[in-house]
Amino acid sequence: MVRLITHNLLACHAKGCTSNNFPLKLQDVAIEVREAEFNPDFVRGFLPRLEWKALVQAARELGDTSLPEEMPEMVDDGFLKNLHHVLLEIHIDEGAMICPNCGHTYPISNGIPNMLLAEHEIG
Amino acid sequence: MSRPELVAPPEIYYGDIEAKKYTNNTRVQQIQADMTYRALELLNLPPDDPAFLLDIGCGSGLSGEILDQEGYTWVGCDIAPSMLEVALEREVEGDLFLQDIGQGFGFRPGSFDGAISISVLQWLLNAETSHPTSSPPHRLNRFFTTLHSALRNPSRAVLQFYPTSDDQIQLITSTAQKAGFGGGVIVDYPNSKKARKVFLCLFVGGGGAQQVPQ
Ligand SMILES: [Zn+2]
Repeated sequence: MVRLITHNLLACHAKGCTSNNFPLKLQDVAIEVREAEFNPDFVRGFLPRLEWKALVQAARELGDTSLPEEMPEMVDDGFLKNLHHVLLEIHIDEGAMICPNCGHTYPISNGIPNMLLAEHEIG
Repeated sequence: MSRPELVAPPEIYYGDIEAKKYTNNTRVQQIQADMTYRALELLNLPPDDPAFLLDIGCGSGLSGEILDQEGYTWVGCDIAPSMLEVALEREVEGDLFLQDIGQGFGFRPGSFDGAISISVLQWLLNAETSHPTSSPPHRLNRFFTTLHSALRNPSRAVLQFYPTSDDQIQLITSTAQKAGFGGGVIVDYPNSKKARKVFLCLFVGGGGAQQVPQ
């Protein structure tokens, strides 16, 4: 399963693709929501690692509008719960992730993205 | 019995039948569990810190189940689709990726608090094609370089593997060092042919303040 926590960390790794290769664009995705245990410490600790704009954009594309445009300065429990849901409870089952730079398509099937590159794409 | 990595590439060797056989073998389960706990010990994460980990060559999720139990959030990757299928059936919590680690990772810098790998690196020592970028040194170099970048500073990666010679250990260690890692090899039960286990214990930055536990 791919969740947005992982999507937010993933750039294209094809040969020579080193700029404008993040975030991978989500296409034709089917999602499934599954409850996960809320750990506020984990979510809070993860904040500095996130590319906020990319996360908000991806969440909205998946129909979740609970996150504010800008990362809030005051982090309360309500916000952390929304963030927990976006990061860890929305699973992408089917679809594809497409590199905005080189156009490489990483298909997602049965919850598993195929990150394999062709021989000529290996750096 | 031949070593599996000498028989066929992992995604072929671990077809549907081998993947299930491997996963359901209680001896395999016990050994994998022991090595996962040992790898976590060597990872030396701060206690009660809800870390985000990478499981390299996660297979059918034998190590991932332990990461779940221990409360870690994790991402796993493997090149064998049949193994990942079994992991899905076993309902592990981690995100699973079909990936050839010899092609390198695309994770943003500092994504993970640590990485473990159980019985995987030996597969990288076997070239799969005659293409120059597929030689073991090339594949090891891409693997270690992109892994180093994917880890936070400081942090650690602990990779248990089955080398067949000291030359292999040397190649792996020197490639990891060239990629920027500190650390080295720890051998458990060095005098037992059966129980002997080799762990490559790699540091990004200082690898955390503490010394490698013995
Ligand atoms: Zn690309």
